[in-house]
Formats: sequence, structure tokens, C-alpha cells
Amino acid sequence: MFDRFVIPSFAPAIPEIFLLVMACLILLLDLAVKSPRRSVTFALTQLTLLGCAVITLYQVKLSLADATMFYAERTFGGMFVRDPLADFLKLLTYLAVSLTLFYSRAYLNARAAIPKGEYFVLALFATLGMMVMISGNHFLVLYLGLEILSLSLYAMIAMNRDCPTATEAAMKYFVLGALASGLLLYGMSMLYGATGSLELTDITNLLPFRQHDRTLIVFGIVFLVAGLAFKLGLAPFHMWIPDVYHGAPTPAALFVAAAPKLAAFAVLMRLLVLGQTAFADDWQSMLILLAVLSMLVGNVIAIAQTNIKRMLAYSAISHMGFMLLGIVTGVVSPERFEGGDNFPVYSFAMFYAVSYVLTTLAAFGVILLLSRAGFESDTLEDFKGLNRRSPWLAALMLVLMFSMAGVPPFVGFFAKFFVWEAVMEAGYVWLALAALLFSLIGAFYYLRVVWYMYFEAPVETGPIVGGRLATTLVSGNVALILLLSLFPKFLLDISLICVYGAMQVAAGAFH
Amino acid sequence: MYSHLLSLAIWTPIVAGFLVLATGSDRNAGVARGIALIGALLGLAVTLPLYTGFDPATSTMQFVEILRWIPFLNIRYALGVDGISVLFVILNSFITVLVILAGWKVVENKVAQYNAAFLIMSGLMNGIFTALDGILFYVFFEASLIPLYIIVGVWGGPRRVYAAIKFFLYTLLGSLLFLLALLYLHVESMQYVKGGTFSILDWQRMPLTLEAQGWLFLAFLIAFAVKVPMFPVHTWLPDAHVEAPTGGSVVLAAIALKLGAYGFLRFSLPITPDAAHEYAGLLIALSLIAVVYIGLIALVQTDMKKLVAYSSIAHMGFVTLGFFLFSALGVEGALVQMISHGFVSAAMFLCIGVLYDRMHSRQIADYGGVINTMPRFAALFLFFAMANAGLPATSGFVGEFMVILAAVKFNFWVAFAAASTLIIGAAYTLWMYKRVIFGAIANDHVRALTDLSRRETLILVLLALCVLGMGLYPAPFTEVMHASVQNLLDHIAHSKILPIR
Repeated sequence: MFDRFVIPSFAPAIPEIFLLVMACLILLLDLAVKSPRRSVTFALTQLTLLGCAVITLYQVKLSLADATMFYAERTFGGMFVRDPLADFLKLLTYLAVSLTLFYSRAYLNARAAIPKGEYFVLALFATLGMMVMISGNHFLVLYLGLEILSLSLYAMIAMNRDCPTATEAAMKYFVLGALASGLLLYGMSMLYGATGSLELTDITNLLPFRQHDRTLIVFGIVFLVAGLAFKLGLAPFHMWIPDVYHGAPTPAALFVAAAPKLAAFAVLMRLLVLGQTAFADDWQSMLILLAVLSMLVGNVIAIAQTNIKRMLAYSAISHMGFMLLGIVTGVVSPERFEGGDNFPVYSFAMFYAVSYVLTTLAAFGVILLLSRAGFESDTLEDFKGLNRRSPWLAALMLVLMFSMAGVPPFVGFFAKFFVWEAVMEAGYVWLALAALLFSLIGAFYYLRVVWYMYFEAPVETGPIVGGRLATTLVSGNVALILLLSLFPKFLLDISLICVYGAMQVAAGAFH
Repeated sequence: MYSHLLSLAIWTPIVAGFLVLATGSDRNAGVARGIALIGALLGLAVTLPLYTGFDPATSTMQFVEILRWIPFLNIRYALGVDGISVLFVILNSFITVLVILAGWKVVENKVAQYNAAFLIMSGLMNGIFTALDGILFYVFFEASLIPLYIIVGVWGGPRRVYAAIKFFLYTLLGSLLFLLALLYLHVESMQYVKGGTFSILDWQRMPLTLEAQGWLFLAFLIAFAVKVPMFPVHTWLPDAHVEAPTGGSVVLAAIALKLGAYGFLRFSLPITPDAAHEYAGLLIALSLIAVVYIGLIALVQTDMKKLVAYSSIAHMGFVTLGFFLFSALGVEGALVQMISHGFVSAAMFLCIGVLYDRMHSRQIADYGGVINTMPRFAALFLFFAMANAGLPATSGFVGEFMVILAAVKFNFWVAFAAASTLIIGAAYTLWMYKRVIFGAIANDHVRALTDLSRRETLILVLLALCVLGMGLYPAPFTEVMHASVQNLLDHIAHSKILPIR
């Protein structure tokens, strides 16, 4: 085995390497920065993200120069892939993290208790974790990425040490997160036992020939799904989500809410290849249950919330359930996958994930804009009469709420519509009906936000000190959402290419 | 011939709406109103060539525009009008002008947002009437809920929140089922077209099993019955009407209610003709309940707006009745009734608005003897009340008469029940008129009333001319429809049940 040691190509992983080096450098440099606002650290962090984006874009350009939409590079013995899915989701992750930090700036500056330098560096490490998750094609790499992300998040949530709710949230997240990691590892070990490999492509190819180990494999899949469901926050593994969103400082909540969903989608995508094979039925019934439960729990309990962060937490649970629905219906018929026309369904789920992340970013952005020193602006009451205080912010929030509710012409509608289309195409009329009923229930609590903003008189009358840059960026974010609303084709086409490419990787192409 | 008239009809008001929004706070209220009026007039101007350039001899879609929108699912930005829809586009644009005028001096709070909401909604409504793609239709259909939700909720009466949310959720329930039906049709069409189609016209030609048609028809029915609204899913309408500001009520009655009826003609009848025949009895029964029972409910209302709201439901019962008689006279009568109701109900709500702006009460009991202080208003109001009751020589008579004639041919007792509206309608309208207008001056508030301003007179006279013109000479309206209605009826007459293979 050791007669030929080949140094792997580092080229596909350059963005990760760059980010890691920069994060370490910034950590050291931060020691020399004395200003409490840490403007230098902040600027460097943003520049690092920009640098990553430039590198990734350059890589995409090089790959596209080979005149094909579908490209993939593997390295480290197939443990790490760079394909259109990875590149696109990474670019979105940079964007999401960058916006998150911009939105958070004023909030953090107004709170002396939160150490800024460490916050930005942790954000970079979390980004690294997400990038590894997105590119991982190996159980251990996926796990590694997940842990880098999670450990950074635990620390970011607990950053405000004097705040008991934040500490409680971090504790809960840590304990449940550790449990989920354990489940995930246990499931992985079972699949390893059955196939003798940790690499996803190998497992995909081997699983059909391991029918005699059926019990072991099914148990492995169950644990894997449970672990992933924890991380995605699907009912009944959702308990941590409301506490974390609610308890964490709003910037940390935003961090948890937005970018990691993209990484989680990538992991789901990559792991799904297992489902393409002989064990589709076992995945499918589990995922349907999780999806329906999540939509039920998320939408019904969200109605009872008075805190908008908690409401968005339950809304997140329901949205993840809805996205899962798009994935479930893709697993339905392996024979269609053989024909090669099954990939759109996952593209629909990807469309859902991306549009959801963009909407969530902006929604938390508005909450952050409304907060100021000593005031969180996170109860629904605080939104009363927003139209009189700031028509512009109210209009932005209106777009976001209707988009989340899935009312056309906003992008949230197209996301839901595509998933419905997938469900109907798969012939699950009852699932479509259930999803419809839950959307109707869900519409109420989004409408309530609009009602508070437009129909009520202001309760909170303090000044809005959001800052011009952050306001502009939130507006830009909403403008992007509107653009995708009018031309959903762009995002859908990209999703199609990404998912198709990832399918090729899963099937063992580009070896 | 390729033209962009329909796109202009949709986007002119919407763009104008965003311009109005850009004027910002109430300090620029005058500018906002000015831009809004210009936008509404422009919006009306671009729809006029639709009538003059319309070829009434053909039933095919005219002024067609087709662009690829979401190619992966064959969703297209496809617009076109036929004899059924063209009049509604013009009616809608016309009513928008009146609504902007009606809110001119009355709305002082968030003027820009108020006018923008109406303009944007006007554009979206034009989109609904012209969309030839199922998803495009749905997008406009749903999107139009948002401005109406805001209008009722922000500028509405004391129970506006309840009314707005009830209205929104009620219609959302219906439209979500409608969306599922669209998706089902798309999946079905995959047998015939690679990748399926969302084209409404293709769906109309697509064979379907009777069972599938039945489910589709029910899904359509729930969506459109809520919009029309038909008994027993009408309860949101009185709430929404009573709480909405005058302009909101006008648009709701004149245009929004027509969307449901239009949906029947565009979707239910041509796509599921066999199921439509199957369920015709049910629909006729529900329509008659609306005509008679809701008419009786209108009789006992003490709130003027609620009375007119119930009268709207009764009048719309006539429309659905006309559709499901499956005769040219019935369908055309129903269409005439829709347009006439657009004028008359708009005028009724505007008249009540005139009183409400002065007295801030809609209770019939608070009025009496208004004729003594507002003679000009009393004259115009009387005219519209008569039209609402279906007096010959007004537009209200034409549609009702045609539908009743069609009903007589269908079944005498159906016609008998339908004709009772001529009595009930006259009773509730004229009784209300008597209590409000005639008699001695009831109180000091009435004594202090001032007669119509020039702006109000202009609006009401314009509507009165429309009502009278249409009542005396309805031919310009009906001759546009003939070919399309005949085509529709021919289409419905042929079963499209899938032959057993």
C-alpha cells in the first residue's frame, strides 16, 4: 500500500486553505487591535470572505473554460470534491456570512459584553466548517466539517456570558448537538461495518450488493437520519431550535439560522446518494414522517409565539420540513433515476433552501436594524406600527413575511410551488394536501406580523438607529429576493446544473 | 399581430403605483394624488385600443403575447384576451380612475400608500383577466390579495383586522386547492406534451376521466365560490365590505368578485365540461339560494354597506345561475350582469361613501330626510338604487332579464325563483332608500349635510352614464362577446371524457 505515496492535489481546496490561514492570522492580529469595536478585525474578516469568493469564482471560471457545465475535481483520495454544487453553495455561504456580519455590526458595537474579535474569528471558523461540509464526500470529512461548525456556533451563542438565556441556549445546543453527533457517528460506523468504506461514492456503489446485511444498513440509515434531523432541526428532534434562536444574541441566532442550512442541504444531498440505491424505501418513509411532523409542529406552535425570534425558529422548523418534502419525493422511484430524469426534484429542494436562507437573512437583518443599545426589538409587540415609524423597513418586512408565507409573486411561493410540483409528480396527492393545510395555518402568523406593522399604532417609539450601510444591505438583500421572484428561472437553472453535477459525482463519474 | 398592449395594461398602473410610493410621506400628498391620477388615466388609455382594435368575429385569443418564463416547467408569460375577458380589463381600468378620484379628499393618512395599493392592485387584476398560463394566472390571482389585505387593514373600520385576516385566509384556502388542481393538470398533460404544459388553452383541449374532472371541478369550485362568493362560503364578504374604506369596497364589489365568476368561465366550464354538467344542479341550487335567501337577509340589514354587500352576493348568484344554464342567452346575460354589477355596485358603495364621509355612520337609523339637504345626491342615488333593483332601461335590467329568459327555457320553477329577485331586490334597495333619503330631517347631523361636491358629482355622473348607456343600448357590450361565448358553449357541449383504451 505504501509503495506509491502520491501527494494529493491541494488546488480544489485552496479556498478552505486560504480561509484557515487567514482565520489564524486574524486571531493573532486581533491581539494587537485595541479598539473595542475591532474595526480592523471586522474589515479583515470581510476581506477574507471576499478573497475566498474571488478564489472560488476563479476556480469556476477555470472549470467552465473546459467548455462543460458539469465538472468535478476530487482530491485527498476522493474525500473532497469540488463540483458546481460545492462552488455555488460556497459562494452563497460567503455571501450569507458576510451579510450576517454586516447586519450584526451595530448590534455588537452597542453591547460591550460581547468580545468582538473572537466573534469574527469564530464566524470564519464556522464558515470553514460549512465549506468542508459542502465539499465533503467522505463520512469523516462530513463529520469533521460538522464539528468545526458546531463548536464555533456553541461558542458564538455563549459569547454574551452575563446573559443567562444565552448561556442556557448554548448549553442546550451543546448537549443536544453532542448527542446528535453521536447518533450520526454511530450510523456511519454501521454503514462502514456493512460496506467496509467511509467514502460516499464507494458506499453508493457497494450498498446494492449488501442486501444480506439489510438489518445493519437500515439501522445505520436510521441513526444517520436521526443525527441529520437533529442538525436540521426537524421535528421531533427540533427542541433546541426555539431555545437557541430565542436565547442567543440576535447575530448568533442569525448565524445559526442562515448559512448552516446551505451546508446542511449539501450534506443531505451527498448522503442522499445512499437513498438512490436499494434502500430508498427505508429513507423515504422516515423522511415523510419527519417532514409532515415538522410542518405540523412548526406551523402550529409558531402561532402561539410572542417573540419574533422564537416565531422564526418554529417557522424554520416548518420550512425545513417543507424542503425535506422536496427531497422525499425524489427518493420515490429509483427506476426513474436510472432514466436520469429524477434530478429536478432535488433542484427544487435546493431552490427552496437557497431562497429560504436569503429570506431569513433579510428578516433577521430587519430585526437587527430595529434593535439598539439595551433594546432587543425581538417581540412581536415591537413591530407594532412599524409602518408609521419607518415605512421602508415595514415594506421590506412585508415582502419577507409574504415570501415566507408562500404568497406569490414572491420567491417563497415559487419555492413552495416547485416542491408541490415534485410531490404531485410523484403522485403523493395526500402529502400535497397536508402541505397545503399547513401552509394555510402558517400564513396566519406571517400575516400577523404584517397586521402588527401596518394596522396597529406604535407601542415602541424609540429612534431607529440601524445605520445606513446595514439598511442599504438589507434593502439589497430584499432586492435580490424580488429579482428572484420575478425571474425564478435563474436560480432554478443553477440548481439544476448543481444537482445534476452532484448526481454525476455520486454515480462515480469524474474519478 | 404582435402587440404589447396587454403588458402595458398590466404594468402601467403597477409602475405608476411604485412611483406614487416613492413620493413618501404625507407632506407630498398632493404630488402622490397627482401621479396616481395620471397613472390611472394612462392605465385606462392603454386599454381603450383593446376595444377599438378588437375583432368580434373571432373567438381566438387576441393581442397575444408569449414569453418563456420558467422554461424548465414550460411556464410562460402568456397573455391574451377574448370576448369574455376584454371588457373586464377596460372596466377594471375605468373603476381604478374612479377609485383614485373617490379617495382624493377623503383619505388623509398615508396617501401615497393608499393610492399605490389601488394602482398595483389594478395592474394585478388586469393580469388575472389576461393571463393564459395557469401559473401566471395564479400568481396574479394571489398577489392581488396583498394590496386588498393592506387596504382593508390600514384604512378600514373598527373591526378591520378581523375582516382583513378572515378575507385573506378564506381566499387563500380556496386558491391553494386551485393550485393543486393546476399542478394535477400539469402532471396529466405530461402524457401529451413533453414536460407538460401550463397553458390554459391546451388544458381546455385535454381529455380527462370523469373522476379526475370531478375532483378538479370541486377544487376549482372551492376557489372560485369563495371569490364570487357563493352561498355558503360568502361570510367573509359582508365583513370585508363593511370594514373596507369606500375605495376598497368599490374595487372588491366591482372587480374582485368578478374574478371568481371569470374563473368559472376560464377554468371550470371548459376544462371540466362533463363534471360541470354533472354538478350543474348543485350550482343552480346554490345560486338560487344566493338569490332568494341572501336577498331576504339583505332586507333585514341595518347597516347600509352590509345591505349592499348582501345584495352583491344575490346579484352574483344570478351570474353563476346564468353560467350553469349552458345557453348562450344565460352566459351572455351573466356576463352583462357582471359588468352592470361592476358599475352599479361601485356606484352604490360610492354613494354610501359620500354619506359616510359626512356623517361617519353607515347605520340606516342615523339617517332620514337627506333629500332636503342633498337633493342632487338624492337624485343620483335614486337612479343607482333603481338600477340595483333591476329597473328597465338601466343596465341592471338587461342581464337579469336575459338570465331569467334563459332560465324559463331551462325550467319554469328555476326561473320563478330567480325572478323573485325583481321583487326582493326592489324591496331591500328601495326600502333602504326610503328610510335614508325621504321623510323629515331626522337629526341635526342630517340638517348640516352639504350636497355633492364637483368631484363627487363627476364620479357619480360618469357611472350613471355608463349604467344608462348600457341599459338603453347594450349591443356594444354583447356583440363583443358573441363569438367567444358561442365557442365556449360549443366546447362545453362536447364531452372530453377520456375514451377507454
